Amino acid sequence: MVLEKFELKGTGLKSQAVKDGSVLTMPCNPKLQYSWDTGQAVGRYLDGLKEGKLIGKKCGGCNRIMIPPRMFCELCFKDTGDWVELEDTGKVNTFSICHVNWDASRLPQGALPHLPAVIEIDGASEGMGILHVLGEADPKEIKIGMKVKAVWKTANERAGAITDIRYFKPLR
Amino acid sequence: MKRVAIIGAGSTKHRERSPEQSYREMIFEAARMAYKDAGISHKEVESFVTCAEDFTEGYSIADEYTPDQLGAVLKPMQTVPGDFIQGLATAYMMIQSGLFRIVAVEAHSKYSNIKTPNEVAAFAFDPVYNRPLGFNPHFVAGLEMNRYLNDTGATATQCAAVVVKNRKNALKNPLAAYGAELKISDIEGSEEISWPLRKADVSERADGSVVMVVADADAARSLSKRPVWINGLGWASDTPGLETREWGRAVYAELAAKMAYRMASIKDPAKEIDVVEVDDEYSYKELQHLEALSICEKGTAGKLILEGKIAPNTSGGSLGMGHLLEASGAARTYEVLMQLRGDAGERQLKKADAGLAQSWRGVPTTTGAVIILGNS
Ligand SMILES: [Zn+2]
Repeated sequence: MVLEKFELKGTGLKSQAVKDGSVLTMPCNPKLQYSWDTGQAVGRYLDGLKEGKLIGKKCGGCNRIMIPPRMFCELCFKDTGDWVELEDTGKVNTFSICHVNWDASRLPQGALPHLPAVIEIDGASEGMGILHVLGEADPKEIKIGMKVKAVWKTANERAGAITDIRYFKPLR
Repeated sequence: MKRVAIIGAGSTKHRERSPEQSYREMIFEAARMAYKDAGISHKEVESFVTCAEDFTEGYSIADEYTPDQLGAVLKPMQTVPGDFIQGLATAYMMIQSGLFRIVAVEAHSKYSNIKTPNEVAAFAFDPVYNRPLGFNPHFVAGLEMNRYLNDTGATATQCAAVVVKNRKNALKNPLAAYGAELKISDIEGSEEISWPLRKADVSERADGSVVMVVADADAARSLSKRPVWINGLGWASDTPGLETREWGRAVYAELAAKMAYRMASIKDPAKEIDVVEVDDEYSYKELQHLEALSICEKGTAGKLILEGKIAPNTSGGSLGMGHLLEASGAARTYEVLMQLRGDAGERQLKKADAGLAQSWRGVPTTTGAVIILGNS
């Protein structure tokens, strides 16, 4: 923490005073670790990603085809029905052009910005999409509604994670 | 005041692990059972309460992830960072306020998914005064058990009798994870964790989820053949300071019980209450809590249990069923409900018209809650 950037009246605290212990603080570095059970729906979804496929599930109540798949429909509150293999193409629902890293540090001057996007997957119901990232795309040319396609890691590289898709690229 | 009833309940089995179900799928199972039991659809539930702690969930703002599996999408929903009985109290107040007629309450544990449980438990201690000393969290129970035994004359053998009873009761409970036929010598021979506390005095953890549906009198009478009425509620906290709290007595439980008894007009709990489910995360806690709730005189609970003269926790308690984190009070309440409805199977008590469930939020807390249920 750089204390000097705050304008304080009186004798300002110096960062060094915290570092050398003349001003006391209580540091804490918890080691919190979890390993969540994927269960049926997430487990099957991740298996699909590992195989290079996008898997959804259909609700027999409202007929929505949902991705990511779930074992129950949150609207009908019933078990869902068939597993459905979906296309790895879709259209951009919304996107942003992000100039900071996840920890809020700025990307270096001239670096390509991050391009998070919600992508509605072809074959899934309207509004059903996955959050991912765009690549091979000029930020100035991205549009809401633009068609995109998944660029997958190789079979060897895929681990059963959302990052098995490298990015979605514009379909031209 | 309006009358408020529990009109439906669902509970998954408590299990040491549950890898084939995500926490969402587990909660959905309990919620669906509860709504079916209440004879309603999720659409009729007007508001939802979940009881959870972010550090045990492993999510920040874990409450944001709960609507889907409860059927609470696009509905009022909130989380109480406390035990399920505190969640029931919140639902009760929502109904008393007139804002809602039907409220669902949920709590669960996916303890098996926490890979650093001692870190999570240690994170609950005061960072300045306690954490730097570096004790395993069970030391608090060791300190408390020692003072409780010292003050009351209760014995470690009597505590072992609690374990034997509860693990045995769990054999008759299809929801329980840790049913076992044990002898007092098995408990006394188990390794010391933090003297006088032994390994077998400590509840094992479990995964599981419980959901209940609470309704005002009109809704309860029109929807349910067997509403079970909430006649009293109470909750209280002692100071969190390990240095200044009361060690011998569970003052939080005394105060919570006083509040609940006043509300339910109960003068003589030992006579007026048929079904008693108390927190037994540690064996001595059952004794300490029974005394705090005036189910028996101070210093007599251990003797009465050893002699079989009182037999609380027909469910098997946390020792027999597995401790469910903030859902532990839900498991206690669920058993009272089943007993009062006559649905307790092999465990069914002959007389079960009034019951009490009590929770404690575990080490290092000094928070407890009490609910009094009745068939009238
Ligand atoms: Zn549906």
